[in-house]
Amino acid sequence: MNTMVQVADVSKRFGKVEAVSQVSFELVEGETVALVGHNGAGKTTLMKLIIGLIRPTTGSLRLLGEDPAAGEFTARRRLGYLPENVSFNAALTGRETLAFYARLKRENPRSVDPLLERVGLGHAANRRVGTYSKGMRQRLGLAQALLGEPKVLLLDEPTTGLDPALRQSFYEIVEELRSGGSAVLLSSHALTELEERAGRVIIMNRGLKVADGSLQELRDIARLPTRIRVKARDDGMAEASAWFGERDCRRVNGHTLEISTPHDGKIDLLRRATSAGSPIVDVDVVPPTLDDLYSHFLRSQERAPCTTS
Amino acid sequence: MHNILIVARKEIQEGLRNRWVLATTLLLAALALTLTFLGSAPTGTVGVRALDVVIVSLSSLTIFLLPLIALLISHDAVVGEMERGTMLLLLSYPIGRWQVLLGKFIGHLAILAFSTLIGYGAAAAALAATGAIIDRESWAAFAAMVGSSILLGAVFIALGYLISTLVRQRGTAAGIAIGVWLIFVLLYDMALLGLLVVDQGQTVSGPILSALLLLNPTDIYRLFNLTGSASVSAFSGMAGAAGGALGSQLLLATLALWALVPLTLSALVFSRREL
Repeated sequence: MNTMVQVADVSKRFGKVEAVSQVSFELVEGETVALVGHNGAGKTTLMKLIIGLIRPTTGSLRLLGEDPAAGEFTARRRLGYLPENVSFNAALTGRETLAFYARLKRENPRSVDPLLERVGLGHAANRRVGTYSKGMRQRLGLAQALLGEPKVLLLDEPTTGLDPALRQSFYEIVEELRSGGSAVLLSSHALTELEERAGRVIIMNRGLKVADGSLQELRDIARLPTRIRVKARDDGMAEASAWFGERDCRRVNGHTLEISTPHDGKIDLLRRATSAGSPIVDVDVVPPTLDDLYSHFLRSQERAPCTTS
Repeated sequence: MHNILIVARKEIQEGLRNRWVLATTLLLAALALTLTFLGSAPTGTVGVRALDVVIVSLSSLTIFLLPLIALLISHDAVVGEMERGTMLLLLSYPIGRWQVLLGKFIGHLAILAFSTLIGYGAAAAALAATGAIIDRESWAAFAAMVGSSILLGAVFIALGYLISTLVRQRGTAAGIAIGVWLIFVLLYDMALLGLLVVDQGQTVSGPILSALLLLNPTDIYRLFNLTGSASVSAFSGMAGAAGGALGSQLLLATLALWALVPLTLSALVFSRREL
């Protein structure tokens, strides 16, 4: 597998603030990586470093085998970037704007029409960007990031302002590029959304990388309890509480209990819930979500600020 | 080279769409036509050198107006795009920062050149249409005036870029731009005049005065146009003025330096700026 982006021991200091400190990771072809963290965790700085808009204070970066800040631009032609809160000049139309960016990437300006169609802006191609809604500007931002079949896609909060249908089609486009061998790095606040899309998650806090791995790996490290929701049959609530005995449980409503169990106790508990004589009529298994993992890793890092991964 | 032209083309496109081009062209044409016909009143229509009178009045107009227009277009070029966030996206493309700046410069200069050419050209054409006899020498002086006006515009576009790359906020850039305009168009000359009056020719000799005039691009422009041709300098009352000591070529070269130095400096500042 080819390494598309390599970040090695990179720190970036703005005056007294260390925005990114000693972060290392790699992006290989055909993977989608979610970059998760609070505002100010260093996500945007990291993306700017990868593009070469700013130089690292220490450490080194490689984008498609090139030093991104060296002033050689062959790698940038294969890069798609969608900044957070993307904005465009209001005077030009959507088509003119996209054609301008296409020219800079040495793409045929005629290739912009299918792209506008693809992000659902075909009907507004001849309108000025100034008349666009926030969602439409975001779509235009996506369209420019997709110019020229990028090998590396960096998307900073890509789905803000998109409605659910468009989010869906956005992730389909991303998936298409990924399966075509591109590496996708996306940051988002909507963690539940990333959960199904990202093969790997990198959690950042205050410039440090606190966790890096697939969602399953992170779950294994965090050992967070799985929550199991059981629904008792009518007037079987008291019986249900007794059925599960001493376990850590919580009443959700009149006939639902939520039981927290360590990962290895899950099967045992399910067996019990479904065994003969059980007052349970329905079971839902809720594995720890990315939200839970995220707050777990943040908390553990606050306790031990020296661990970097 | 290609990148520079792409950016220049976009600037021109935006200028057309924002009606910058239309507004400046109409303004310059209206003022030029007014000056042409009102300005010829004192000499009467029998004056053989009608165009020379126009050159004198138009170059005075240029000194006030073109620096102002140039600074208006240019002071926002970098800091405005930074503030709106469009610069971040643009610089993530395969394009160097100096290419962005040079492309904008060419685009803005093209807008200004177009407006000046059409606006002042309209005045000359109107004059020719009324049947005034214009000889070759006058046409040459007129062409030199239009060309040097565009060069003066380039100087102030470059100064506007330097301001725009140095500051962090658009408001600051606008304030400094107005200050720069005031200094070069009004205050510098007033101060120089005051100095000459106080000095009474004691220490400020001819060469020192020439050097002092070269320190202000609008003075260079004035000297170039008002002393450039014999008949124009007679009309302007500048015959035998200090500029006579400085050749036209030296004046033009200094004016070009006034455009190149700020442009180079702003490219340097821009390339070091953190995003």
